[in-house]
Amino acid sequence: MDFDFSPVWGGWRELLHGAFVTIEVTLGAIILGCLIGLVIGLGRLDPRRRVVFGLCTAYVSFIRGTPLLVQLFIWFFGLPHFGLNFPAFFCGIVGMGIYSGAYVSEIVRGAIQSIERGQMEAARSLGMPYRMAMREIVVPQAVVRMIPPLGNEFIALINYSSLVSLLTIADLTHEGQKIISTSYRSLEVYLAIALVYFVLTNLTGLGLRLVERRLRAGGLV
Amino acid sequence: MALEPIVSARGLTKSFGPVAVLKGVDFDVMPSKVSVVIGPSGSGKSTLLRCCNGLETADGGTIRICGQTLIDGGRMLPEAALNTLRCQVGMVFQSFNLFPHLSVMGNITIAPRKLRGLSAAAAEAAARRLLDKVGLAHKADAYPMTLSGGQKQRVAIARALAMEPQVMLFDEPTSSLDPELVGEVLQVMKDLAAEGMTMMVVTHEMGFARQVADTVSVMDHGVVLESGPPAQVLVEPTEARTRQFLQRVLNPI
Repeated sequence: MDFDFSPVWGGWRELLHGAFVTIEVTLGAIILGCLIGLVIGLGRLDPRRRVVFGLCTAYVSFIRGTPLLVQLFIWFFGLPHFGLNFPAFFCGIVGMGIYSGAYVSEIVRGAIQSIERGQMEAARSLGMPYRMAMREIVVPQAVVRMIPPLGNEFIALINYSSLVSLLTIADLTHEGQKIISTSYRSLEVYLAIALVYFVLTNLTGLGLRLVERRLRAGGLV
Repeated sequence: MALEPIVSARGLTKSFGPVAVLKGVDFDVMPSKVSVVIGPSGSGKSTLLRCCNGLETADGGTIRICGQTLIDGGRMLPEAALNTLRCQVGMVFQSFNLFPHLSVMGNITIAPRKLRGLSAAAAEAAARRLLDKVGLAHKADAYPMTLSGGQKQRVAIARALAMEPQVMLFDEPTSSLDPELVGEVLQVMKDLAAEGMTMMVVTHEMGFARQVADTVSVMDHGVVLESGPPAQVLVEPTEARTRQFLQRVLNPI
């Protein structure tokens, strides 16, 4: 058995560029996913508001109920049938962001509903309108509880982002495959890009732990 | 001229599902008086109190509070008016419900700043006076997590007072405190009563009822059994069920 990592060294510029593309796509998807997740999660707090609750629930159920790869293919290969041609990069970010939004919405909803009812009651009994009580009292406490599950979600998203290589996006996986196609050194190249993903995911986990510690220092349990 | 009550409930009814918790309650709190509500758990006394600031919606009957009709026949005051009304009605909870992400100062100043438009400096000056009053001037920068139960409840009282309410509602304010911390909270409430604050207090503290209350009402199974000055209700109750209840509370073993 012989190992030859020279194609990896030879292609380090491409791999580095691919890593940056992976970071860009994932970061874009995280930001979009958090925005969508916040809106959808808030929309699912009160089942008595039937229309809003129904629409948000339908979103979560459809997006969580279908594979990410299929959703990405619909964006990139399906929508052009209706004359909707979006660039691959756009499809990658939007497809992953919309997918992630469904999961983030459940994180948002779970965290908000885990805040003791007495917090809302205390805020309302001081005279605060519902929205102010949410904004000033409930959500700031819920954010801290969102961080561990959000960490899971962000890390999963980094790993899932390798799927966008199938939309012709030149991400880390895609660049690796290009090197393999000329060098036939698949094990070495896949090990190398696995290491890069490992570093990216664990740095993300570490960063979120630091953020959480800082927030908790402000008196939150 | 007879004074108008600050809180006045008439024929109040409330059910949680099939359970009728209030079965036609009449109740008044006169200005600058302390009305204490006692009674066995499940008698509906906390629900009555929570109906008085709209945290619970009474199914039937009326509540007039601070000159406004809060609820009439199940129809609650509109949201905006309800929020304004709540600014005048202070509430203290059994479980304190301090905001854990804010310091003691933040807990007390947030509502006056956001709702009464006070500047940060004015709100803080007022908060320091209130903290001084409840004996916690040195805890302004502490977070709730670091306080004892008695300290938390005194901060919660200061937080409610910061809105300069016309009436204070206390929902079993000492029931989740260790016995040795009950006194410091009751003392603050006693001082407040002496200053002329109008108070409605749901409690199991018979000593407080005897010393501080102007009126004691006994509730059981969703009705007010009897109402009157503590010397009468606590010493010579007319109702047999009141006697039974007092006996159990005063001689638990």
